[in-house]
Amino acid sequence: MEDYIIEMLNITKEFPGIVANDNITLRLKKGEIHALLGENGAGKSTLMSVLFGLYQPEKGEIKKNGKAVKIHNPNDANDLGIGMVHQHFKLVEIFTVLENIILGVEPSKMGFLQKKQAREKILELSEQYGLKVDPDETIENISVGMQQRVEILKMLYRENEILIFDEPTAVLTPQEIEELMEIMRGFAKEGKSILFISHKLNEIMAVADRCTVLRKGKCIGTVEIKDTTKEELSKMMVGRDVSFSVNKKAHQLGKVVLSVRNMTVPSKLSKKNAVKNVSFDVRAGEIVCIAGIDGNGQSEFVSALTGLEKLSGGKISLCGKDISKASIRTRSKAGMSHIPEDRHKYGLVLDYTLEQNLVLQRYWQPEFQLHGFIKNREVRSYAEKLIQGYDVRSGEGPVTNVRSMSGGNQQKAIIARENDKNHELLVAVQPTRGLDIGAIEYIHKQLVAGRDAGKAILLVSFELDEVMDVSDRILVMYEGEIVGELEPKSVSVQELGLYMSGAKRDKAKEIENAG
Amino acid sequence: MQVKNKIAKLTKSKGYSSFTAALLAIFIGLIIGYIIMLIASPANSLSGIAMVLVGGASRLGDVFYFATPILMTGLAVGFAFKMGMFNIGASGQYTMGMFFALYAGFMWDLPAGIHWIVCVLAGMIGGLLWGLIPGILKAILNVNEVITSIMFNYIGMYLVDMLIQGNATMYISSKTRTDYLPSTAQITSLGVQNSNVNLSIFIAVAFAIILFIVLNKTTFGYELKATGFNKNASTYAGMNGKRNIILTMAIAGAMAGLGGAFAILAPSTIPGSSMTYEPINVIAANGFNGIAVALLANSNPLGIIFSSIFVSYIQRGGTLASLFGYKPEIIDIVIAVIIYFSAFALFMKTVVAEVLKRRKTEKASTGINSDQPLSATEKEDV
Repeated sequence: MEDYIIEMLNITKEFPGIVANDNITLRLKKGEIHALLGENGAGKSTLMSVLFGLYQPEKGEIKKNGKAVKIHNPNDANDLGIGMVHQHFKLVEIFTVLENIILGVEPSKMGFLQKKQAREKILELSEQYGLKVDPDETIENISVGMQQRVEILKMLYRENEILIFDEPTAVLTPQEIEELMEIMRGFAKEGKSILFISHKLNEIMAVADRCTVLRKGKCIGTVEIKDTTKEELSKMMVGRDVSFSVNKKAHQLGKVVLSVRNMTVPSKLSKKNAVKNVSFDVRAGEIVCIAGIDGNGQSEFVSALTGLEKLSGGKISLCGKDISKASIRTRSKAGMSHIPEDRHKYGLVLDYTLEQNLVLQRYWQPEFQLHGFIKNREVRSYAEKLIQGYDVRSGEGPVTNVRSMSGGNQQKAIIARENDKNHELLVAVQPTRGLDIGAIEYIHKQLVAGRDAGKAILLVSFELDEVMDVSDRILVMYEGEIVGELEPKSVSVQELGLYMSGAKRDKAKEIENAG
Repeated sequence: MQVKNKIAKLTKSKGYSSFTAALLAIFIGLIIGYIIMLIASPANSLSGIAMVLVGGASRLGDVFYFATPILMTGLAVGFAFKMGMFNIGASGQYTMGMFFALYAGFMWDLPAGIHWIVCVLAGMIGGLLWGLIPGILKAILNVNEVITSIMFNYIGMYLVDMLIQGNATMYISSKTRTDYLPSTAQITSLGVQNSNVNLSIFIAVAFAIILFIVLNKTTFGYELKATGFNKNASTYAGMNGKRNIILTMAIAGAMAGLGGAFAILAPSTIPGSSMTYEPINVIAANGFNGIAVALLANSNPLGIIFSSIFVSYIQRGGTLASLFGYKPEIIDIVIAVIIYFSAFALFMKTVVAEVLKRRKTEKASTGINSDQPLSATEKEDV
């Protein structure tokens, strides 16, 4: 018998209307990086939540070092040395890094916090593993990448030996991903065991030793990474062959739909402007991508463009109409559609049903209301049409509580809603963030289909593959400025990276910005 | 078969679970009330609790009369709560409504049949104004509505007491009370003996039904609840948050104002007299009872109809329990406990359901699943 540190045997976990885990067995060896691969809703997060004590399985058992254990809550998991970095970080925004790390295991003497020794331990760990953090900065002021390092330090501080990473690379830049991989390898070398949840095949191929594939709640199998290929894994995951590149016809350029001139947006964090003097056009029938590393003014730019924030200078025109100061509803009526970056914060009312969310942008239209009364029958049939057309899967159809749906299907619901809005311009911000291959492929297809139907599409993305595959034109944003306008066909990923990191910029753009 | 399905659907619905949760909370509240009675005066405790439970039945007219104002303040709190706002100012809005109604009743000479309706409308406007101001402050200056509405409770109460004491037509200083209202200003009695119960209970129930329809069937209700669930998403969807805040607070205030009007415009059981108001600088308790009523009903307008009647019912019983030497405040304790547990009971219900479900699955698989003995032997190995 091999030396397994954690065994999850025949785990079954049900939710109303769905079997999230159906008789799944997962064995983790000591010192290995074990990937858990599957589409959204395949049951990866559920399985890990069972291991972490957040859910109790209906059937099955968990063994540690061959001995059966019961994990009732995360404290039990912690006592067993299991730590987890969640996909959505569990940090207290207004606390400092130090306070977040010690939260729950605060060293104290007679009721007084002993921050000093905690600080020493944190700095030591941070040094040892190359996890650079500033212990005294508050969480709300640090980048997503650093927040993740805080989460990792939390596990190390608790001396966990089994580390669960739930979709850790979804929010990171290419360089940060490379760093994280290196850190994970270091952990494994030290004898820590890692469970790495992902749907990014490249990363799994690069870092994992073995991989367990889940599909629709069932375990498809566990394979040695060195004996398998990317294609084979994706086939196991999706159940069919997947194309990795996006098929696109040559685009037909139409009239100018969006025109942005000298747009300036103030920053919330500092006195500087987050977006500086940005000008560009988007025409019907093209996908323009705003590329760049997270935090270079993209979110401020999108907020001002869609009306969530005010701009301090410049002009935005949509189909020839000045919308610089227009309300969100007016912009929406003028033909703007918006897939927001944060689907939980902005895109959905999680406690509303699926059908209520599907009419979130249209409930006021005569089609769905009469004298202020909502036409339930029309809402239902419209929702059913979208659910079918966009293959949104859920436990109870139109009346499903959106909170209970998987991330991928939540995103599909938003895309269905925003794509079916009689819009001229679709602003899609990180539309594939945190999604699996099947869903990404689908969403890219939808974007291209929108383009071919003559819509203007403005895509904001941090994913290099997405930028290169989907867009017709790339605008690189660096420190709030557009520093380059590139053709995806004629530029290499390396060169794009140089623009993104500010090492290179278009001469023409510089002159334009100066003028 | 179909009936069975319908019942199954009903028991799975959200409304059913809040209903059972409320029942559980009430049960625990009454038990604790009984324990307190047992400690206070063991000999009378059984007859005391019996009076709390059935006493209201002998005063059904009064149960409905006293339920009316707390139904309205309950709506005032619950409606705003659906939008994520805590309208703690129902007392002030109630008092203002009462004052406006009194003013219209005393100062305006109108024909019978119209006068009381005008008084009711005046009360509604009084409450509306007192809800509107915190709403405007919140929408435009982002001032927390809890703080402003608490302050408006006091401003309203002192203002009303001052205005009443300064008005010779309304106030009889020798009695330190307002005079009897002209009979034209009184709401038509339902003719129940020894009770003030009047038409207003039906108007109150009608308002609850209207609010239920507004919340669940209209675009305004859709926007309001969306804002309550997720403010950012409502902004993103282009909803006019400021307008909705002001509108919601105005409607909430109007409901509480109606409550004040209904309470004061009631006919008294003694012919020729009416309800009176005594300006003694006390915040109206009916406003705070509205919070309890709304919480117990989980802010559902239809639920508020029943919770207000229930609260009024045990309050009547509590008053009658004083026959056995108990203070009527015992009921305030019972209500307080019920509120605690109605929040707790929702949680309890999920736990109970989980345990039942697990027991079921375990029973079903005892033959195969030898979970317990296995782990026991493994422990021995170690």
